[in-house]
Amino acid sequence: MAVKVIIPTPLRPYAGKRDSAEFKASTVGEALGHLTTEFADLRKHLFTDDGKLRSFVNVYVNDEDIRYLAKENTPTKDGDTISIIPSIAGGCG
Amino acid sequence: MSDTPTLWIRNHLAEKIRRHGVETYPHECCGALLGRDAEARGEMPGREVLGLHALVNRRDDSPRNRFSVTADDVRDAEKVAREQGLDVIGWYHSHPDHPARPSEFDREHAWPWYSYIIVSVHNGASQEMTSWRLEDDRTKFSPQALEVRQRTAV
Repeated sequence: MAVKVIIPTPLRPYAGKRDSAEFKASTVGEALGHLTTEFADLRKHLFTDDGKLRSFVNVYVNDEDIRYLAKENTPTKDGDTISIIPSIAGGCG
Repeated sequence: MSDTPTLWIRNHLAEKIRRHGVETYPHECCGALLGRDAEARGEMPGREVLGLHALVNRRDDSPRNRFSVTADDVRDAEKVAREQGLDVIGWYHSHPDHPARPSEFDREHAWPWYSYIIVSVHNGASQEMTSWRLEDDRTKFSPQALEVRQRTAV
């Protein structure tokens, strides 16, 4: 058993076209670390240069937003599903 | 992304985006592009918009020059797309009284792969409509050919 990470459609080209990946991980941060180690091209789309999750990257454990839990220190257990959900923003400046 | 595939859109959907931009002027409109990506199906590169999912601009503080779509909105759009046998292939928004060119703010907040349609609305009238995709290294948007068609292409 492991933690399953669901990869959103726009990031699949950077993850070997896979829609999910499984890792042994005890926290969300650990799982995302494994993910971006296996698929290094994902890193710049998920994290800023100083290693923080980008503001428009939303991460859920099962259906809970990690911002309302312990953020990247949120514990995970076997069988959990981590979803990366985009939010979209922009504007004319 | 040296060869950005063409984005096809049916004429009535292009007009619907223009109308949305006019209706919300002087605020920005936004919505999801639902369609098919041929490359993802192992076919000739190209993607087509076959439906729209209009969204509410969540930026109450500065709706004239910003738009925001929440994660819940994204999940709703993906559900609507799935129910129609389609995918969310991108997003559209308007630039009130600004050119249909992505801003630095657009780039900073963009995702790769998606197509971003921008329609310029000047003095309440829609003008140029363009499409863009973020480069893999996130340094800039590249223009994507936008072709308005009467019939389905993909």
